[in-house]
Amino acid sequence: MLLHPTALEAATTTGGFLLVLSIVVPVSGVLLAFVLGDRYVRLVAFAVVPLGLAIAAATLAILPQSDGPLVYLLGAWPPPLGVALRGDGLSAVMLATTALVISAIAVFATTDFCPAAAETRAPFAFWVLLLAIWGALNTIFIGGDLFTLYVALELLTFAAVPLVSLDGRAETLRAALRYLIFALLGSVLYLLGTALLYGLYGTLDIVLLSRRVSAEAAALVAAALMTTGLLAKTALFPLHLWLPPAHAGAPAAASAILSGLVVKGSFFIIIRLWFNVMPALPGFAATQLLATMGTAAIVFGSVVALWQERLKLLIAYSTLAQIGYLFLMFPLAFDASGRLESDEALAGGLLQAVSHATAKAAMFMAVGSIYVALGHDRITELRGIARARPMSLLAFALGGIALMGVPPSGASLAKDLLLQAAEESGQWWWAVVLQAGGMFTAAYVVLVLAHALAGSDVSIAVTGPASRNQDLAALALALCSLLLGLVPWDPYLPVPFGTAPKVFGIESLSKLLLPVLGGAVLAILLSPWPHPLASSTTWKALASAARPLRRAGIEFGRLVERSDDVLRQWPMAGISLLVVALLLAALMLAAN
Amino acid sequence: MSIATVFEIVLAAVVLGLAIWTIAVPETYSATVGFVAYGLLVALIWVRLDAVDVALTEAAIGGGLGGVLLLGAAARLRNADPTAVETPCKLVRLCAAALSSLIAAALVAAILLLPDPAPTLAPAAVAKAWATGLANPVTNVLMAFRAMDTMLEKVVLLLAIVGVWSLASDPAWGGRPGPRHEADPHGVLAFLARLLPSVGIVVGIYIFWTGADHPGGAFQGGAILASMWLLVVMAGLTDTPPVSSRRLRFILVAGPGLFLVVGIGGLCLGPAFLAYPLALAKPLILGIEVAMILTIAATLGLLLAGAPERSEQR
Amino acid sequence: MSSVTVFGLCAAAAVGLGLYGLITNPQPLRKIIAFNLLGSGVFLLFGIIGRRGAAAGFGNDPVPQALVITGVVVAFSATALAIALLLRLFQTAGSTTLRSGAPTGAGPDPSGD
Repeated sequence: MLLHPTALEAATTTGGFLLVLSIVVPVSGVLLAFVLGDRYVRLVAFAVVPLGLAIAAATLAILPQSDGPLVYLLGAWPPPLGVALRGDGLSAVMLATTALVISAIAVFATTDFCPAAAETRAPFAFWVLLLAIWGALNTIFIGGDLFTLYVALELLTFAAVPLVSLDGRAETLRAALRYLIFALLGSVLYLLGTALLYGLYGTLDIVLLSRRVSAEAAALVAAALMTTGLLAKTALFPLHLWLPPAHAGAPAAASAILSGLVVKGSFFIIIRLWFNVMPALPGFAATQLLATMGTAAIVFGSVVALWQERLKLLIAYSTLAQIGYLFLMFPLAFDASGRLESDEALAGGLLQAVSHATAKAAMFMAVGSIYVALGHDRITELRGIARARPMSLLAFALGGIALMGVPPSGASLAKDLLLQAAEESGQWWWAVVLQAGGMFTAAYVVLVLAHALAGSDVSIAVTGPASRNQDLAALALALCSLLLGLVPWDPYLPVPFGTAPKVFGIESLSKLLLPVLGGAVLAILLSPWPHPLASSTTWKALASAARPLRRAGIEFGRLVERSDDVLRQWPMAGISLLVVALLLAALMLAAN
Repeated sequence: MSIATVFEIVLAAVVLGLAIWTIAVPETYSATVGFVAYGLLVALIWVRLDAVDVALTEAAIGGGLGGVLLLGAAARLRNADPTAVETPCKLVRLCAAALSSLIAAALVAAILLLPDPAPTLAPAAVAKAWATGLANPVTNVLMAFRAMDTMLEKVVLLLAIVGVWSLASDPAWGGRPGPRHEADPHGVLAFLARLLPSVGIVVGIYIFWTGADHPGGAFQGGAILASMWLLVVMAGLTDTPPVSSRRLRFILVAGPGLFLVVGIGGLCLGPAFLAYPLALAKPLILGIEVAMILTIAATLGLLLAGAPERSEQR
Repeated sequence: MSSVTVFGLCAAAAVGLGLYGLITNPQPLRKIIAFNLLGSGVFLLFGIIGRRGAAAGFGNDPVPQALVITGVVVAFSATALAIALLLRLFQTAGSTTLRSGAPTGAGPDPSGD
């Protein structure tokens, strides 16, 4: 009901002003913080956070009472000449998620980016950019016009890139520049498609376009170019060259924003394009291509994550894998003739995005605290951290468990919905990938926990006391992700009644044990690092039995890691980008 | 074939040649010069396409200020390490060339397949021009029909400033951007810097003012003002302001700030966010544009000046 | 040939050349220039589309024109940010290469289990 507006919403609806506020409030915060500077930057941010939360909550409250999406005509000009803001169920869910994650990050960053009386560089930039990212994301979630979405996308990039290089080291400057140039390439491709669509239909309004669009060759070329550009900004494998160094090099709070929220912006525009602008057009084959890239992302991201020496890079590669997971919904949502068939699959994909946003932000924050405590984040030297920073490790563990798809997490509900769609549409191969994805996630979480929990009797020297604010912020987000499956989603997303996961019982126990056991096996077979229990005798017996398997696993891992190195070279990534664009275009043309 | 067509084909060929030169020439500085020439000629194409507003923008911002930016960077990077070793192998370049040509070919096909008669919003924009009292339809689109985009784009400019400033070293924070220019007070540059700005400011303001009814507007005018200011700075007649200056920061947010205030006024008192009351539409839009031209001039100038490098005292 | 066709070919060629330069040239400054070339091709495409939509006494549809003006300003600020990053990188690292330095996952001796 909320996804397929049928009537022409040519007028502002009641409550539409909330959409305006969700853009105006953070943007005003940016301007105010910029002018006031000094110690006021954080103050402005803390004034905007509760306001933003209230606006998101009000939107959630008012949407079910409206019989369609919330609409606001800016300047009272109706499209196609004017620009409309539209808030449907998807927008409301994403607005609320963003408000939640930003608030937690603001609490987390209070101490790290504490402004002094005399203005200092990093806090000034951080708080201004945090608010800017909020405003940009909100605009993306409710923008009703493809060009407004382009401006918002650029706003997001301009706010995200300086966050990467806040510490000014050469390595992070390089990561930021790579990110910026590749992201710009992505947005130009998006703009190219936008130009073609305007030339074809004389409007960029999403609802008007969805009525006028037809399977013309030029429209399909436009869709392929726009999708590819957005994939580059979302860092879907093999277009991920910029993501690992950027997400791993930034300060913890910034990494949480980048990994949790920023990549969801371009992902959301892909949803708009495929589900709202041209729902019948992309075709079965193109959706299979997207999900295939997603599968490759899961395998590459997870295996390379297991090969990382540093915890932050491991989580960055985990983001790569989770982004892949988000694209599994595309083939499940459309039937073989390309028509939108299953709203559940779309709901599942969006829920996955929401649970990843919360869990991954929590994990990056927790790792930030661990890094501060140890002065490093080498995975093999984590022992003793369980005693020194129990809260941080707990937040990390809960975030990881939520990501694995253990009930009642959001990821578990998402997985159920997607599995159901896979069964209904007879695409059993994606069900296999969905199950394997959970195990791969479990593999790197188990690996880190095994190292952190091994020898917890050892006491280690840590620097400084734990920050309670930071631990609480991370823990709250992780818990949130873990409990998302219990939220009543049906006013906003087409989640059928009765899919809410049972927390107890045999079924949920198997859902817990299956990924964990599978993950442990994968971790043992694929991780090249000496195991924390390597000295125990039972382990040695086991290890000698599994030696040939493990050798094969290591060889496989090495192969994957090497290919990842090659694919992250700039020319290779560029060529992959063009190949993806041409393949998408060819598949779409063939389908129509 | 008419003379106009011949001219267009020659223009397109020259532009294409410059584009190839820009990509293919080994030396970076030559490539930059090629691109600046390309940008100026593209402005001519825009005139031929009957889009004088865009031609002015392209010449002032794309060709002019963008050219200064790229040339300055090329000069500062002259001693950068030769990266010839990193040049990808022939096979990779061949693949990239083949794939890029395929994309270009797909684009040509898409352009040729565009519908006839083409869809257009020109009649709609004309029909609703009464609401603003301005005769330049491009200004109407920018300031009224799609005011949200314009406002957000001002925030993009502001974020670019924050991004550039965030690259300062910590001790230089709050200081002045760019190196201090010491030019010969009796030299050519100083002479030009005394002579040109008075003319430039008049031209800039004229272009801005005429933008209400004729081609021109805040962007184009702001770019001219910015280049005049830069000339004065480069001649050493004045210095860039410290980034901690409250007045400077106020100017940098004046454009989007006033836009927001007027917008919120429309939300609270009028029919909608960013709606102008009929009687006040023209003065309000012109007021926002005055704030915007200041903001644009300051922003463009500071983006060219770069990150703060010198602490305030020196 | 109409001016739309002539300049349409020109726009498509600029896009193709920009993509090629962005992918193959290792120097960041050249990538930035290529990005600008690519962008200008896209803007020209908007201009052609506007030209085809000439009506109501205007030789070019004002809506695409306004979009291009916004786009040009965004592209300029992107260029400025990229160049500031590049200059800072050169200042800090003494080189402008974009190649990631240390390998990310230095795999240890796998036999140590």
